[in-house]
Amino acid sequence: MKRHWNRRRKVVLYTVLMALVVLAAFAYGALIPESAAAPDFSQAKLPPSLAHPFGTDWLGRDLFLRTLKGLSVSLTVGVAASLISAVAAVLIGIAAATGSRAADGVITWIIDLVMGVPHTVLVILISFACGRGLKGLLAGIALTHWTGLARLIRAEVLQLRSQPYIAVSRRLGKSSGWILTRHLLPHLVPQFFVGLILMFPHAILHEASISFLGYGLPPEQPAIGIILAESMKYLSAGMWWLAVCPGLLLVAVVLLIDRLGENLRRIVDPYSAQE
Amino acid sequence: MNDKKPLLEISDLSVSFLMYDGSLERSSLQVISNLSLTVHPGEILAVAGSSGSGKSLLASAILGILPGNASVEGSMRYGGEPLTPERQKVLRGGEIALVPQSVAYLDPLMKVGRQADGHKKPRPTAERRALFRRFGLPEETEGLYPFQLSGGMARRVLVSTALLSNARLVIADEPTPGMSLDQAKEALRMFRDLADEGRSVILITHDIDLAFDFADRVAVFYAGTTVETAPAADFRRGPEALRHPYSRALWSALPQNGFTPIDGFQPYAGSLPAGCLFAPRCPLRTAACEAGTPPMRDIRGGEVRCIHAT
Amino acid sequence: MSGAFSRIGRTFLRYLVKTAFLLLAVSIIAFALVSASPVDPVQQYVLGVGGVSPEQRLELEAYWGVNDPPVERYFTWLGALLRGDFGQSLLYRRPVIDIIAERFLNSLALMLCAWLFSGLIGFGLGCLMGMTRDRLPDKIIKQVCYILSSVPTFWLGLLLLLVFAVWLGWFPLGFSTPIGMLNEDVTLAQRLHHLFLPALTLSLMSFANIALHTRSKLVDVLESEYVLFARARGEGPGSILRRHGLRNVLLPALTLQFASFAELFGGSVMAENVFSYPGLGSAVAAAGLNSDVPLLLGITLFSALFVCVGNLTANILYGVVDPQIREEQP
Repeated sequence: MKRHWNRRRKVVLYTVLMALVVLAAFAYGALIPESAAAPDFSQAKLPPSLAHPFGTDWLGRDLFLRTLKGLSVSLTVGVAASLISAVAAVLIGIAAATGSRAADGVITWIIDLVMGVPHTVLVILISFACGRGLKGLLAGIALTHWTGLARLIRAEVLQLRSQPYIAVSRRLGKSSGWILTRHLLPHLVPQFFVGLILMFPHAILHEASISFLGYGLPPEQPAIGIILAESMKYLSAGMWWLAVCPGLLLVAVVLLIDRLGENLRRIVDPYSAQE
Repeated sequence: MNDKKPLLEISDLSVSFLMYDGSLERSSLQVISNLSLTVHPGEILAVAGSSGSGKSLLASAILGILPGNASVEGSMRYGGEPLTPERQKVLRGGEIALVPQSVAYLDPLMKVGRQADGHKKPRPTAERRALFRRFGLPEETEGLYPFQLSGGMARRVLVSTALLSNARLVIADEPTPGMSLDQAKEALRMFRDLADEGRSVILITHDIDLAFDFADRVAVFYAGTTVETAPAADFRRGPEALRHPYSRALWSALPQNGFTPIDGFQPYAGSLPAGCLFAPRCPLRTAACEAGTPPMRDIRGGEVRCIHAT
Repeated sequence: MSGAFSRIGRTFLRYLVKTAFLLLAVSIIAFALVSASPVDPVQQYVLGVGGVSPEQRLELEAYWGVNDPPVERYFTWLGALLRGDFGQSLLYRRPVIDIIAERFLNSLALMLCAWLFSGLIGFGLGCLMGMTRDRLPDKIIKQVCYILSSVPTFWLGLLLLLVFAVWLGWFPLGFSTPIGMLNEDVTLAQRLHHLFLPALTLSLMSFANIALHTRSKLVDVLESEYVLFARARGEGPGSILRRHGLRNVLLPALTLQFASFAELFGGSVMAENVFSYPGLGSAVAAAGLNSDVPLLLGITLFSALFVCVGNLTANILYGVVDPQIREEQP
């Protein structure tokens, strides 16, 4: 019975694959000279082949390289936005759970507020407010993804606070700071990491979606969303690879990160399996 | 007390669960080992033992609703014929009925009347209403939801599910926890009435003293097996009438009999001793006790698994 | 029954007040955001439209309170809003409220189809997964659900467009009606024809969530003590699903569907853009790109209202259907 892929090994495998992808996206993207990805009209409109795994676009640019570059952008934005979001979520969650009732009420209300407007609309709004560039994109995604994790952290801390051993620590005279670091943090740090990793896929998908709509980066600096948006014009001309290939790579990367996060979560917190 | 043919005969029943722990190892957890008991028509057999000895699993085994990873050995006969899984499917809910522990075993979103009827509705509504009245349940009970029932009402509703199915064998799983003494006695009186009508009742309980009072025979349950089965009268008489060292220790441990405990604790399913399961705590232990499982012997009208019993 | 009505009434009222406050807050935040934008609304209008007469310019400046401090501007705008004046869309040159009304119908058709479809399919598959848990059907569908949640809506739409519209030619490439036809001449069949691919895209994106949720709830039910007792009474799996499973998982599934209006709307933004479907989704994306501030603000508020209605319905449902809440006398 080949059940050798227990959870730990899966996590290692996914992490390694992830590292390879990141390496490919950034190193490749950085090392490959501009010329290799430059327009070359003699090679225009070619379907996928060994020389051009993703084919070439209407300007003769190699799509695979362009996609890798786009991937590096998506990864960067995704990671940056997720980091900001996750840190904010933890801070806000802890503040809500450890502050006064009024503070908790206000924060909960704010969370409901942010969740009351559809994600995409809010990102468009924020992106517009910041001038529709990369900054706007980053801000938009960062400011909309923190709510789920904040609620989770708040619930965790509330639950932890009601545990008897916290009350005992307080009776023993330990300061709030000590209790925070010794008791609460060890529970929260794994949650934070898992939440962070699970946020990446969402952030990356959102980044792709919003840049598809035309926000974010100018077309010369490709993000996968932009590549896909441009491909729409050429679908009727039969250049299917322009849409299929970059999308496949995006989905593959997102799946990888998601699997990694899920497995990590099962290790860290086996009781929150589903949902 | 009964030389009618037994309704249910269980011989050397063993139930174990296959578990996969983290690193793909298959291990087997033995929860019931070499269990033997018989139930005759019209009698109450109490299966008494401390919590966690696997008694509820016995009920599941008889009904054939053990979880998928359970492995069953030994034999069971019902009404003289072997009790196969196919037969269990036909009999359960009909001839063999379960009285569950609490309202947690009722669907919270379904009215109680409908649930008492059951999915096959073997009896017309009028009969069910008559039964509810006989139990002293008010008219509106059938329209209530499980969470609205008081403890006593719940008890009566749960018993009625078994009665409406006209079962010959009723298995009552821990019917008395959380009840006052009066309520518990009333519950057991209902089972006594059932037995007097000619049905058989297996009463699984850890309220051992109540078991002595109401049952006809008592099977003492320890670490997944029955160590002694004897008439209830023997238990009322005192330790000299009992055969197995554990039964005697159990008797002495009752509050009204001195509250004397013995050392040690019941072994867990994963770490059962070789040979006699009680040997590690037994004052009569000899080397022979660890050699193998003692066979069931008939002594003075009762059965016992002990090579030193008299 | 009057108790039920008064309870629903009170819930409704409570949520009405909550919604009002929420919308107010959303309006403040949205207004603050667009004011912070480096884009000047009047300038944009002028650029987009071309020649603007001085009177029109003054009108615009009055509407936007361009020369007033921000807070005053907000109140001017809010006042106009409460009077029903959502302003003129810069992009479409019509009152914002007309555009929203018109496009909402299109989006509603799209979202309704997707909502129904994903709800039914998701629930059905969730039940299937629960009943066959850990066996092959469950494993396959679970994998499909996981993969679908890693797929961006717009790419799925692109694929469907490619396969069904470009290659197979079964469906049109986009829009809600055939091009060049007058609105009155368009038949229902043609509308549905144009609706199909966007609705399919949206449904495929949403069913995974409800399927997994239903599965989890059904597994909880099947592993519960009352199902064990049902089995002890001889009930077969089909009967258990019908008598016990469905009613215990239907409510959670339904409430989840109503609570996911936000995701539905977000998805429709993407789906509509892929298929150039003239709904609120494509409008809001265009509004942002073209700095059509009135339209942007109008749609933002409207979408928030939409989400609130969904949440309100979800809460009322719980109060009505769950007997434990129902039987609690006030």
